[in-house]
Amino acid sequence: MANRISDETIEYVGILAKLELSDQEKEAAKADMEKMLDYIDTLNELDTSGIEPMSHVFQVSNVFREDVVTNGDNREEILANAPQRKDDCFKVPRTIG
Amino acid sequence: MTKQYETVIGLEVHIELSTKTKIFCGCSTEFGGAPNTHTCPVCTGMPGTLPVLNRQVVEYAMALGLATNCRITQVCKFDRKNYFYPDNPQNYQISQLYLPIARDGYVEIESGSGKKKVRIHEMHMEEDAGKLVHDEWDDTSLVDYNRSGVPLVEIVSEPDMRSADEVIAYLEKLRMIAQYLGVSDCKLQEGSMRADVNLSVREAGTETFGTRTEMKNLNSFKAIAHAIEGERERQIELLEAGKEVVQETRRWDDNKEHSYAMRSKEDAQDYRYFPEPDLVPIVISDEWIAEVRSRQPELRSEKLERYKREFDIPQYDAEIITESKKMADLFEAAATTCGKPKKVANWLMVETLRLMKEHGMEAEDLSFSPANLAKLIDLVDAGTINSSVAKKVFEKIFTDDVDPERYVEENGLKMVNDEGALKEVIEKVIASNPQAAADYKGGKEKALGALMGQTMRAMKGKADPGIVTRMLKELLKD
Repeated sequence: MANRISDETIEYVGILAKLELSDQEKEAAKADMEKMLDYIDTLNELDTSGIEPMSHVFQVSNVFREDVVTNGDNREEILANAPQRKDDCFKVPRTIG
Repeated sequence: MTKQYETVIGLEVHIELSTKTKIFCGCSTEFGGAPNTHTCPVCTGMPGTLPVLNRQVVEYAMALGLATNCRITQVCKFDRKNYFYPDNPQNYQISQLYLPIARDGYVEIESGSGKKKVRIHEMHMEEDAGKLVHDEWDDTSLVDYNRSGVPLVEIVSEPDMRSADEVIAYLEKLRMIAQYLGVSDCKLQEGSMRADVNLSVREAGTETFGTRTEMKNLNSFKAIAHAIEGERERQIELLEAGKEVVQETRRWDDNKEHSYAMRSKEDAQDYRYFPEPDLVPIVISDEWIAEVRSRQPELRSEKLERYKREFDIPQYDAEIITESKKMADLFEAAATTCGKPKKVANWLMVETLRLMKEHGMEAEDLSFSPANLAKLIDLVDAGTINSSVAKKVFEKIFTDDVDPERYVEENGLKMVNDEGALKEVIEKVIASNPQAAADYKGGKEKALGALMGQTMRAMKGKADPGIVTRMLKELLKD
């Protein structure tokens, strides 16, 4: 059972992902996403009744750290990643409000 | 004919937890550091980093849940909330959607319209975002990630409030609980307590809710009250004009006292939540809950009852003193030191509150030590200083936390109890005010006041008014 991705859906997914796609790229993305949904359909054929939902792949819980400061002032290293910098801040295109 | 409308309000309150470190990394949470000095690869969302949960965050959130009568979710986990905005370098916020830490609680509030319960729908743990500052010079925004990853608890109420009054009472209640628990300082101005207001109106008597709007950017009780009034009126006007209220997020501008709609298309409210794969589930045992509960400090109502019992102060005093934890702590320490609880209560309720008002301060800002207040009370009781001098000394304790014993000594403020010296002064005063003396002798009781005033002035306020009155009367008898 082949899934179909509509033009509206691919447009909307593009907005959410902040991607500008050409018509060609949209068609390619549609085909990929359709295949993914088909695969999910295959998985859905499995009978999972009576199986507890898994929230994590490992059988591990309660991994914590204690509330102790371990990091100091790393601003130079952190700001080295900034595409643009002003004083000690990351500079980005103007945001609303 | 005018219709009657009812306002329906629900709140999303964010409380910044006062842990030493961020929720998922060992960076400091201290407020006000130089930009980006409390950052690391985890809280700036560098690829390949892994978050590790701060245990204290879970315990603080549990404490808040228990104190607000919630049910703790014993298997809880984190989810990713996806959105793009420069204050959020990961492009997702780690939050809780499916299994939040606490659910189904309530707090009791008291406002102008009486007592009522406000139900809490749920409470979840999440990370705060960075801070954006607009740079007017080159029309860009500057980002400081010090706040990115600071732990928050978001408390979502049911739509149980009907007025700005009730909203403020609810917020004050939450703030008091958080402060008593020691889980947050809840300073609105510093953003450690923030509220988003969901508001709709409906015709009085209707069962169904109207379309609601959400208002953000409210950072004072005053702004919240104004925004509620403004939004209520805006929605009623729309309905009266036969228009519809649009479900949207609005931003409150406190300077213009006006709210405006935020752009909606780019901010599509589709967060595509999914389970956070980088964090394992949290399993909370009954023992752990019992442990957190047993460590819960005394809350306000218990403290109030204990103060009445243990320190024998009236209900009214106990209510005022326990309104903030800071004030209660001061009271208890000073009362225990000097053993005169009623006098400590009076100093706090009269002079302290007066000076706080004068300085525009909150109880949390009080910085004098209870030991100095206790000493001051002892000095008055021992007759070393009189009450008007004591008020002046207290002002110095309030502002500079001076040691009253030393201050009184150094400034020569001790009362003069030497009756011989006092007699000399009084005799001079009588001699230089013959008219007043004659009036008093002639039966004018009021004339004594003038002589009294002169004597106190001559003594620079350092005489015991009781003794002065007695001696004046004696000397005027002759």
